[in-house]
Amino acid sequence: MENIIELDNVTKRFGGITALNKASLKVTRGEVVGLIGDNGAGKSTLIKTLVGVYSPDEGDILIRGKKVNAWNALKARESGIETVFQDRALTPQQSIVKNIFMGKELRYPFGFIKEKEQIFEANRLIREIGFTSKLINAESPVGNLSGGERQGVAIARAIYNKAELIVLDEPTNNLSLNETQKVFDFVLNVKKSNRSVLFIGHNIYHVYDISDRFVILDRGEVVHQLNKNDISTPEELMKIMRDTIGAH
Amino acid sequence: MSNNNSYLSNYFHRNGRALGSIGYFVLLMVIFLVGAPEAWIRPNLHQSVFVMMPTLIFLTIPLVFLVASGEIDLSFASTYAVAAYVFALLVKNGVDPAICLVLGIFTGAAIGALVGTLIVVFRLSSLVASLGVLFLLRGVILLLSNSRSITIMEVESHWIYPLLVGNFYGFPMQIFWAAIFVIFCYYFFNKHVFGIHIQHVGDNSVSAEQMGINVNAVKIKAFMFVGIGSAIGGIFTTMITYTFFPTQGFGYLLLALAAVFVGGTPYWGGLGTIIGAVFGVGIIAYMEIGIIAIGWSGEWRQFFNGLIILLALLGHRLHGERVR
Repeated sequence: MENIIELDNVTKRFGGITALNKASLKVTRGEVVGLIGDNGAGKSTLIKTLVGVYSPDEGDILIRGKKVNAWNALKARESGIETVFQDRALTPQQSIVKNIFMGKELRYPFGFIKEKEQIFEANRLIREIGFTSKLINAESPVGNLSGGERQGVAIARAIYNKAELIVLDEPTNNLSLNETQKVFDFVLNVKKSNRSVLFIGHNIYHVYDISDRFVILDRGEVVHQLNKNDISTPEELMKIMRDTIGAH
Repeated sequence: MSNNNSYLSNYFHRNGRALGSIGYFVLLMVIFLVGAPEAWIRPNLHQSVFVMMPTLIFLTIPLVFLVASGEIDLSFASTYAVAAYVFALLVKNGVDPAICLVLGIFTGAAIGALVGTLIVVFRLSSLVASLGVLFLLRGVILLLSNSRSITIMEVESHWIYPLLVGNFYGFPMQIFWAAIFVIFCYYFFNKHVFGIHIQHVGDNSVSAEQMGINVNAVKIKAFMFVGIGSAIGGIFTTMITYTFFPTQGFGYLLLALAAVFVGGTPYWGGLGTIIGAVFGVGIIAYMEIGIIAIGWSGEWRQFFNGLIILLALLGHRLHGERVR
């Protein structure tokens, strides 16, 4: 199976604190990887390094087997990696359409924006995501939306860009049951189209349900990796997590 | 029906601030017209406004971009004079005025880039840092010019004079250039990647960065644009009056800032309105000149300027607070 992305012995420090210590991780095509770990385990740092928001101090990042240099968020997006950040990465005073196309606007030559095309696509995505309120359209400001709807906009962005890897950082936080189900459906759709998902979550049950493989992170290190067929219940996963964390 | 409502509400979300500032402008006109109709129908009042407005537009509109990006710049009032000084000095030394114009605008862009880089790289407060640059540059001009003005009558015989600041059937040419500048900026702000990225960066710079927008580069470009606008303003004024004088531009500092905010651009970033700013400039220019035209003493000018800023801010609050 082709590796979409691979982190090889990546270390990231902030001042004197080592947030990520020689962490290695790969995501292959068509799989859903669940990243779990306690608060402060380094999940966020790992994700932000993986998607180019932070640059690693040591170690390599490989995209489809090739090492990349000067990794940044724009390069990550151009390599087919889209991220739904924990904070949604939205600009609330701007319209839904502007948010969906943020940083990857559809452009004419000289940088002018294909506004009509963007609005058309955004309205299509809004229907696809299933916004319930008829009052919402592509030009509504994001600031008027609920938490779940905002998550919908962030996911619409990832859908539009047809990413090969979608990173979901705590995507079910503060969502209703119905909205959580929508996120799950989305992940399954991505998997069905032979693309990959990296799913980060606090909620072991959510991660267990959705993932094919689990990566356990503790104090900046990848301490354990296992496949879903190695275990049979989320309780088992939780026990393994408890046993590995702090044991190394 | 509900769809119509949402389009209407989106329309007001996008244009409410511009409409507000148009409303204040109309209100001001009506007050003047009712209060002093005889002064109001005299054409020379409006001619004076038309002379003042272009300069203020070149200063104010780029500030809308910068304020929308979440920063502010006070140093533009000195950049204005530095660019004018470069222009006048070179013209005086026999350089072709067209080349002087280009070099003057480059000077403005370069100062903007330096100020922007300083603020962005060292994470300085743009208010305080640009205040420092405002004084610093003014000091440099006073020292370099020995506090003496430069007269450049020779510019009148060059072809750029009638083209840029000449007279076209009674209208000063700079009105047309300012209009072109406004149209260009309207599209640049609303329909171009530059303006859209500025709005994202000013709205939430963390989100913008996560989406791969180079936040620092966007901000530095916005500072450069302010530098370019001030240079154009300074050089135009120098050509109109045939004179560079070392204190030039200082008087526009507060007027241009007032025009930005009266025009409906909020101070907190992420939003801005070009059309609103044009009417903001109109309000400020008519206040400046109208008070004198209706025969009141100049002391009232500042009083009414202050009053209109406060009233406009209160009015723009109707468009709501910052959403997060």
